[in-house]
Amino acid sequence: MANFKLRINGTDHQVDVEDDTPLLWVLRDHLGLVGTKYSCGIAQCGACTVHINGEAMFSCTLPVSSVGSDEVTTIEGLSEEGSHPVQKAWEEVDVAQCGYCQAGQIMTAAAFLRKNPKPTMEEIENAMNRNICRCGTYHKIREAVAMAAKSK
Amino acid sequence: MATITDTKRRDFLKLAATATGGLFIGFGWSSCDSPKVKVLSTDEILAQAKNFNAYLSISPTGDVVIYSPNPELGQNIKTSFPMVVAEELDADWSKVRVLQANLDTEKYDRQLTGGSGAMPHSWERLRKAGATARHLLVAAAAKTWQVSAEEITVENGVISHKGSSKKGHFGEFVAEASTMTAPEDVKLKEKKDFKIIGTPVKNVDSKDMYTGKPLFGLDFYREGMVNAMIQRPPFGMKIKAVDESAARAVPGVSDVVVIGNSVAVVGEKTWPLMKAKKLLRVEYEPDGSVESTADHDRLFQQLLATGKADVKRKDGNVDAAFKSAAQVVTAEYQCPFLAHSPMEPENFFAHVQGDKVELVGPTQTPDRARQDTAQLLGIPPENVTVQITRLGGGFGRRLRTDFALEAAQISQATGKPVKVTWSREDELTGGAYRPAVRYRFEAALDAEGNMIGYKLRGVGMNAGNSTRENNFPSGAVDNVLIESIDHKSSITTNAWRAPITNFLAYAEQSFLDEVALAAKKDPVQFRLDLLQRAKTNPVGELGYDVDRMIGVVKTAAEKSNWGKNPDVQQGFSVYFSHRSYVAQVADIVMENNTPTLKKITAVTDCGMVINPTGANHQVRGGIVDGMGHAMYGNLTFENGLPKQRNFDTYRLIRLKEVPEIDVHYVDSGFDPTGLGEPALPPTGGAIANAIFKATGRRLRSQPFIEQKEFSDIRLEIRRA
Repeated sequence: MANFKLRINGTDHQVDVEDDTPLLWVLRDHLGLVGTKYSCGIAQCGACTVHINGEAMFSCTLPVSSVGSDEVTTIEGLSEEGSHPVQKAWEEVDVAQCGYCQAGQIMTAAAFLRKNPKPTMEEIENAMNRNICRCGTYHKIREAVAMAAKSK
Repeated sequence: MATITDTKRRDFLKLAATATGGLFIGFGWSSCDSPKVKVLSTDEILAQAKNFNAYLSISPTGDVVIYSPNPELGQNIKTSFPMVVAEELDADWSKVRVLQANLDTEKYDRQLTGGSGAMPHSWERLRKAGATARHLLVAAAAKTWQVSAEEITVENGVISHKGSSKKGHFGEFVAEASTMTAPEDVKLKEKKDFKIIGTPVKNVDSKDMYTGKPLFGLDFYREGMVNAMIQRPPFGMKIKAVDESAARAVPGVSDVVVIGNSVAVVGEKTWPLMKAKKLLRVEYEPDGSVESTADHDRLFQQLLATGKADVKRKDGNVDAAFKSAAQVVTAEYQCPFLAHSPMEPENFFAHVQGDKVELVGPTQTPDRARQDTAQLLGIPPENVTVQITRLGGGFGRRLRTDFALEAAQISQATGKPVKVTWSREDELTGGAYRPAVRYRFEAALDAEGNMIGYKLRGVGMNAGNSTRENNFPSGAVDNVLIESIDHKSSITTNAWRAPITNFLAYAEQSFLDEVALAAKKDPVQFRLDLLQRAKTNPVGELGYDVDRMIGVVKTAAEKSNWGKNPDVQQGFSVYFSHRSYVAQVADIVMENNTPTLKKITAVTDCGMVINPTGANHQVRGGIVDGMGHAMYGNLTFENGLPKQRNFDTYRLIRLKEVPEIDVHYVDSGFDPTGLGEPALPPTGGAIANAIFKATGRRLRSQPFIEQKEFSDIRLEIRRA
């Protein structure tokens, strides 16, 4: 066990965990930030996507020991009250079916649009291809990312 | 009186508070639009609301709370059920809050999600619930104003009397109305007067989903709760010996519990359990048949040739028809096992205290969870409560109750509240799969290319009947023989979205394409000719409505410009399942010598569409699901254990692998029929038939990418 100081959603946190504990489980089990989802645990599906210094990362395979002083942003900290343009677009387009993967989809989209504010549809598709949606909401995801890009 | 605001609900709220530093407590988020008005939390509304019936409470503030009893797994029932209630109530939708009801068999009937049956079952009772409350509110207003109820109108939550210009919102009449007796019978609206039904109402959980609120079973937390992860045996095996010492030594592991042939590691946090589980040394020995995919392949061939079959349907004289045939077409089709793979892995919370059990979690069958738990623990069913969380997908997997029973057993053994979490590897290896199946089709054609005989023999596993004997083309052919053979496998199998038809439709619609080709007929015209025969002179019992099927076939041909563009290679498919009719056309265009799947046109007759957004979701989602599994889905077994154990080897379809999907509906005037499943079955056939048209390669097995006929085809997929 070791003590880790983490900067998450603009707030400092401390946790006592094993070095190899993935950030995902620190968020979910230790800090009660359950918006970040567990699904595959091997960096294949993107349900666990968070931002590390603004970059989209899979938190399920990211050991807490490697986070250091990096800024972590989770779905809970993306905006106040869901006001981020990507969240608003998701609501407007009514993207979700079961909804389980959507926090990860939103985090991937938000990081992508920050780097590429005026993407082509092909760039959107390449960016969003890393997140799986088992319900098949892919058409709506494309639409919502394109809408968020326009609304910025 | 409503009792949803119990301690279990508050656990969610408490967790929300921890998760957000107390910023977003409660459910008053719709307040952002009008910051000056204090928007009450649902709890505050319920504290003063009057309960009208199982579906409805209305508060003196005019806020309406609608309970949605059926589990929500993405089929949008939590939005569409309340829409129906609100419609007949003439409520102001912006004043409606929706709550997931707990299991309550006294209040609700068929509180389950499966078989695309919720809306057809509940349509009438939801409408009556809304209409009855409306009737009482109107009667209360009439009494208060001393006017005739006949002269009162209701719109958008406001009750008005024209003659006296009196006006008031629902809340003003709630106290009076709730003392009145509900009428036995109540007049329902004409469909043409619907204002909410038929409009694209947004998902009621949107905000919570997109801001990361705890909604799902895996998000559930209870003070003092422990977690558990379980090592389960390969199929057909039992435990011989367990060495738990290494697992128990992992810091954070408080207990190791052997239950039957499963070994559970228990502790406060999840990650140590994931590590400890890998350190369990469990030795297994056979306990029945230990099966492998290679055995299944051999078994299918053998059973198709010589197995004793159940005759499911027999019309006319099949032998004579085949003897007199000018041409016989024969083909066999086979599919592999599939896992359900909901994005939220299986999980459940249980707290056993003496002879009482509290269950919380994602289940498609809350009542079955109660019954099975009661039976297992030997307690009365009424001692088991079930709180239904949102489900992160189901696809049939959550019809079973194994995960709830595991939680109950571990809670009983440890004396603690327990949440069982499955890893993805557990989900793929401990599943209850869509079983492999093999079909042999035979068609007899006369000299004019008319189908005079049709034979189908299916070999399934634990399926009972692997055919749908009264489905098309039964009824359209004089001589029919449909038989089913069942292999009892030690591998647990279960309903998987559109059970049986998820593959049968592909096989049958591909085969009919082969038959149409042999008969030198256009595939659409070939089907229409058969349907015309079934309409004018049906043979035997028909399980489908011929006119509705003709309706979707013709509309799909029209919407897809069937056969009009020589540069587009099209594949057709149509199927009836779960009370609805769906025809699909896949368009492949050769681009730079590469077959490119550009579009799937889907035409659905599901009766009345309640919510166009939700309906489009189900149609597109069903097609993406059907296409993904036809293309990539494959679970193979070796010695009772799947070889594919996570998404690196068990491939699910991704965004860039879906084509444009063009969605249309036929308004047949029927009440709503099913939609969660019916769009899936036709998809594989439409794509396979288009691939054949474009490349001359007939795909008779799934997944396509692993067939040798497909090995040198590089199918590109494009979206508009």
